Amino acid sequence: MTEPSDRKFKQIGSRPIRHDGLDKVTGRARFGADFALPGMLYGVFARSPHAHARILSIDTSKAERLEGVRAAVTAADLPDLPDEWMGVTEGGTCPSEDSQNVLAREKVLYHGHAVAAIAATTFEIAREACGLIDVEYEVLEPVLDLGRALAPDAPILHENQAPFGDEPLPQGPTNIARQVAFEGGDLEAGFARADVVVEGTFETPMVHQGYIEPHACVVDVREDGTSEIWCATQGPFGVKRATAMIVGCDANGIKVTPSEIGGGFGGKLSVYLEPVAHVLSRKSGRPVKMQMTREEVFRATGPTSGARIDMRVGAKRDGTLVAAETRMAYEAGAFRGSAVGAAAMTVLTPYRIPNFKILGLDVVLNKPKAAAYRAPGAPIAAFATESLMDELARRLDRDPIDLRLQNAIEEGDHAKYGPAFKRIGLRETLEAARAHPHYRAPLAANQGRGVACGFWMNGGYQSSATVSVDEDGSAVVRTGSPDIGGSRVALALMVAEELGISVARVRPFVGDTDSVGYCDPTGGSRVTYATGMAVIEASRQVIEHLRARAATIWGVGLDAVEWQDGCAVATKGAAEKGSLPLGEIAEQMRMTGGPIVVSASLSPPAAGPAFGTHLCDVEVDPETGCTKVLRYTVVQDAGKAVHPTYVEGQFQGGAAQGIGWALNEEYLWDEKGRVENAGFLDYRMPVASDLPMIDTVIVEVPNPLHPYGVRGVGETPIVPPLGTVANAMRAATGVRFYSLPMSPPRVLEALESRQG
Amino acid sequence: MAKIRVETTINGEATEYLCTGQQSLLEALRDELGLMGTKEGCATGDCGACSVVLDGRLVSSCLVLAAEAEGRTVKTIEGVAEGTRLHPLQQQFLEQGALQCGICTPGFIVAAQQLLESHPDPTEEEVRFYLAGNLCRCTGYDKIIRAVLEAAAVLREQTT
Repeated sequence: MTEPSDRKFKQIGSRPIRHDGLDKVTGRARFGADFALPGMLYGVFARSPHAHARILSIDTSKAERLEGVRAAVTAADLPDLPDEWMGVTEGGTCPSEDSQNVLAREKVLYHGHAVAAIAATTFEIAREACGLIDVEYEVLEPVLDLGRALAPDAPILHENQAPFGDEPLPQGPTNIARQVAFEGGDLEAGFARADVVVEGTFETPMVHQGYIEPHACVVDVREDGTSEIWCATQGPFGVKRATAMIVGCDANGIKVTPSEIGGGFGGKLSVYLEPVAHVLSRKSGRPVKMQMTREEVFRATGPTSGARIDMRVGAKRDGTLVAAETRMAYEAGAFRGSAVGAAAMTVLTPYRIPNFKILGLDVVLNKPKAAAYRAPGAPIAAFATESLMDELARRLDRDPIDLRLQNAIEEGDHAKYGPAFKRIGLRETLEAARAHPHYRAPLAANQGRGVACGFWMNGGYQSSATVSVDEDGSAVVRTGSPDIGGSRVALALMVAEELGISVARVRPFVGDTDSVGYCDPTGGSRVTYATGMAVIEASRQVIEHLRARAATIWGVGLDAVEWQDGCAVATKGAAEKGSLPLGEIAEQMRMTGGPIVVSASLSPPAAGPAFGTHLCDVEVDPETGCTKVLRYTVVQDAGKAVHPTYVEGQFQGGAAQGIGWALNEEYLWDEKGRVENAGFLDYRMPVASDLPMIDTVIVEVPNPLHPYGVRGVGETPIVPPLGTVANAMRAATGVRFYSLPMSPPRVLEALESRQG
Repeated sequence: MAKIRVETTINGEATEYLCTGQQSLLEALRDELGLMGTKEGCATGDCGACSVVLDGRLVSSCLVLAAEAEGRTVKTIEGVAEGTRLHPLQQQFLEQGALQCGICTPGFIVAAQQLLESHPDPTEEEVRFYLAGNLCRCTGYDKIIRAVLEAAAVLREQTT
C-alpha cells in the first residue's frame, strides 16, 4: 500500500472551497436542533439538585396529570444491563453504567444527574411537569476532589465495585476504579545515575469541550417498535448501538440520521438524550424532540478529567534523560472510564528514558462522567512532562529545543506502552520550530517565551466508503463519517486525485445508518486517515472498472488500457485507439455493463501518530495578573496535508482550546458539589479579542501506513499548549505554575508570593 | 393562553406571526417561521450564535422577546446574500476556510456585516473586539478574522 513519498499530487494539497460550505454560510445547513416532525412532543429532564444522594423514591404521577403531558420515564423503564467493564486500555464501557448515566438508578452521583424525563406538547409544559416530580433523596457526603476520593475514610461511590487493571490493586472499599501501569528498565538504578532530578506535583481542573451546539435529537418510534433518530453525533452507528442497548430493543430496527454537527471534540460520542427520547416516543406514540440547555450541557455532559500528577525526571549533566517516574490520578467523574489509560501511554513517550515507571489511577467522584476530549488525557500529561523538561533545561542551562532534540524518540524507538514506532516526525517539528523566526524574535519586559511538544497516537478503527460514477462523468462518495471540520472536502479531494476529475465534480455525502456501510465515529483523528483510505481504495477499484469499460468499448484486452489523468489510454499495440476521458466512458456505462458503484471497507490496526511542537509568547501584567498571548506558532507533522486550510484550522483551533485550558477554563463547584459556572459567561472560553493570529507550520513526514502518507491531525494540536503557555509564564514571571488555570487571581497570588 | 400577533419586517419582507409573551425572538424565528439559520448556543446572550440585526442594531435574538419585533425590521443570516449573490463576507468565509463545524458561522457573518457597515476599514484589533461576543470553539478565530478583513477590502473596492 505504501507509495513513494515523492509522489506528485495534482489535487491533494490544494485548497478548494468545501462542498458543504455554502449551506453553512447561508444558514441552510441543518444541525441537531433544526429538525422537526409533525405532531412532535418535547422532552425535558428532571435533574438531581444533589451531587451525591440515594434515591428513595420517584413519583411522577402528579407530573403526568398535568394538561399536555404525554409520557414520563425513569430508570424503571430501562432494562438491567451487565455491570462489567468491556474494553481495552485506551477505552471501554460498562453497559450498566452507560444506562445509569442516562437515567440514575439507586443513587445520583453528580449535580445535574438525570433522574426522570417528561414528554409534553410544549417545552414549557414539560419543564413545568418536571417540577412536579417528587423525588425523595437521602443526601450523602459528596466526594469532590481527588484528595478526598482517595482518603481512607472517603464515602464510596460504588460500594459493590472492585478495582481492576494492573496489579497490585488496592484492597477493600475504594474510589479507585482502575489502575494502569507501565514500567521499563531499573528505576532506582536510573535515578542513581542522574546528576539532576526535577520534580513537581501538577494539578488541573475539569474543563469542558465547549462545543457551541447543545446536544439535540428527535426520535420517532413506530407502532412496530422500529424507530428513526435524527441527532447531532460524532458516530451515528454508535448512537444506534448504544440506544438499542440502553432501551433494550433490536438495533436492526433503528435508523440514525446524523445532522450537521456543531462541534464535538469527543463530547458527542456518548449518548445522553436518544435512549430517553426513544422511551418517551414509544410510550406516547409520538415523535419526541429533546435538546439540552447550555446549563445542562455543562452540568451533565462531557467534561474531561481534572487530574493530579506527581512526576520526577532525572538526567545526566550532559542532558541525557536517565529515569522518570510518575503517578497520575485522573478524575473519572461519577463512573469509571477517565482517559488515564491514554495519559499513561502518552505521558513520557516523546523522550528516550531507559528507566521509567508510570502509574495511572482512574478515580470516581461526584462530578459529571468524563467524556472524551480531543487527545483524551494527553494534554494534562504533557503539561507535567513538558514543564519538567523546561525546568531541566533551565537547571542545565540548555536551550529547551536542543534538550528535547537530544532525547527525542525516532523511528525504531519504543513507546513506553510497548510497540516500536515507525517513521515519526518529532525531530522534524522541533527543528522547524527552532528555525522559525518566532523562536528568535526579541522580547520585552514582563514577556516570556515557552516551547513544548506533544503527540497523539491517532485511531484507525473501521470505515466504509462507496464511490459511484454518474452518467455525466461526475462522482459521488458516500460515507458514514460525520463532517465536523471539513472532512467532506478532504474525502472528495481523494476521489478527484484518483479519478483525475475536478473536485467540484465529486459530491461527498454523509449518510444515515441505512444508506452507508458501517463507520466508527468521527474521532481519534481518524476520518481523513481511515475513511480516507477506504475512499482511495474504492476509487482505485472504480478505475479498474473504467479501464475494463474502455477495453470493452475499444474491443482490446484489459492489459492494453492504462489510466492517466482522468482518461483511459490505449497502449501495447492498441495505441491507435487513443484515449477516452472518464466522461465518455460514463456516458456509455449503460451499454458496457451498467452503473459503476464500488464500496470498500477496512479496519486498520494502527494509525501513525502525529507529533507537534508549539511556541508561545506571553506578556503578564504585574498589576492585574492578566496574561496576554502575544504570539503563538504551531508546528506539527501532518504526514501529508490533504487540504492545508483545514489542517491549519485544526492546528489553530486546538491551540486556542489549549490556551483557554491553560489560562482561564475551569469548573467551579460549591462545597456541596453544585456547579457554580454552568454558562459561557462564567466558564470563560477564549474569545476573539483574547487571541493573536496563530501561525502554523505544516511538517510532512509521510505516514508509512497510508497511501498518501496522511496522518490524523485533529487531536495533537491540543496536547502541547498547556505546557507551552506554562513555560512562557515561567519565562515571563520567574514563577513555575504547577496548577491550572493560570487565571489572573492565581497569577497575582503567585507574583505576590514571589516578592514576599 | 392567548397568543400575541406580531407584524414585522424580516429580511425586507412584511411578515406576521403568533407568539406567547414568554417566547424569544430566536424561538419565533426558528419555531414559528422556520428560519433555522439563526442558532441557539446558550440562550443567555453569551455566545452570539443567535445574532440578528433589529432596527439596525446587532442583538442576541435569545434576549429579545418575540413580541418586541412588532413594527420593527429584523435581518437574519437568510437575508445576508442578495438573491443568488453571496455577500463578500460569505464568499470570504468560504475561501479562507473560516468555518469548521459551522454552527457559529451565521452569527459571525451577521455580526461582521454590521461591523463593516459602520467601520468599512477596521483594524484587526477592532474586528477582534467587535466579534468578542461571538464564540467559536473550532477555529481559534484566526481564519475568521482574516475573512472579515479580506471581505472589508473587497467591499471597499466595490464602493470605489
